[in-house]
Amino acid sequence: MVPESYYVGLSAILFTIGVVGVVVRRNPLVMFMSIELMLNAANLALVAFGRRVGHADGQAVVFFVMAVAAAEAAVGLAIIVTIFRLRRRLSMDDLSLMRW
Amino acid sequence: MAHAAFFIVAAIAVVSALGLVLRRNAIHGALFLVVNLGSIAVLYQTLGAEFLAWAQVIVYAGAIMVLFVFAIMVLIPGKEETGPDPRRAWRLLALPAGALLFLQLIFVVGGARGGAGSGAPPVGGVESIAGLLFTRYLFPFELTSVLLLAAMVGVLLLARRRV
Repeated sequence: MVPESYYVGLSAILFTIGVVGVVVRRNPLVMFMSIELMLNAANLALVAFGRRVGHADGQAVVFFVMAVAAAEAAVGLAIIVTIFRLRRRLSMDDLSLMRW
Repeated sequence: MAHAAFFIVAAIAVVSALGLVLRRNAIHGALFLVVNLGSIAVLYQTLGAEFLAWAQVIVYAGAIMVLFVFAIMVLIPGKEETGPDPRRAWRLLALPAGALLFLQLIFVVGGARGGAGSGAPPVGGVESIAGLLFTRYLFPFELTSVLLLAAMVGVLLLARRRV
């Protein structure tokens, strides 16, 4: 049986790739997909830790994370479409209205 | 055998995640993300979480990615990100920062030695998950339905065409 630490290590790698993707890319859609990548990495770690502890509770939490991710993707994409409709451009660097 | 399968699937997951970040075309990134989600579903299966594996395929690779691909097709963003990057030096800082974050993650998670380690893997079928969702996690479960309803109303309000 593959030890849980391998899964957790893979989860750390995927999470780091997601963080770098959010920082490096300028396209908000790709940034959103990187956020989904980070959520999935956290889910993988939750399931792996759940197997180590011997409960199914971790999997129940992952279920909730999936539901929240679905809601987040829907709202975020609606916001991006609205911004695009207002500005006709799609680059995160232009959006500085709410920066102090 | 199980180790070989794990390393193959893990390599697919890492390469597809890198493809998402490195490819300039957003639609290629979306397809790479589908591959990544599928490989994570396989990993759930190897961890004994059968219900989550199929929920991952249906909810993520099905519903959410269809939404993403639809948004990419509507917005046609393949053209920007081609011009010169005014903040290139700052963005290059992301690589050492990411490496630092990775080391921190390994340090923190690797130090988490706790857990009883009962040995017996939890059953991940529909039965055990449903038993938890409808007893111990009943309140968050109901809150999830409210959250999805709120998201739906919010999206309708945001996407409404101004008259």
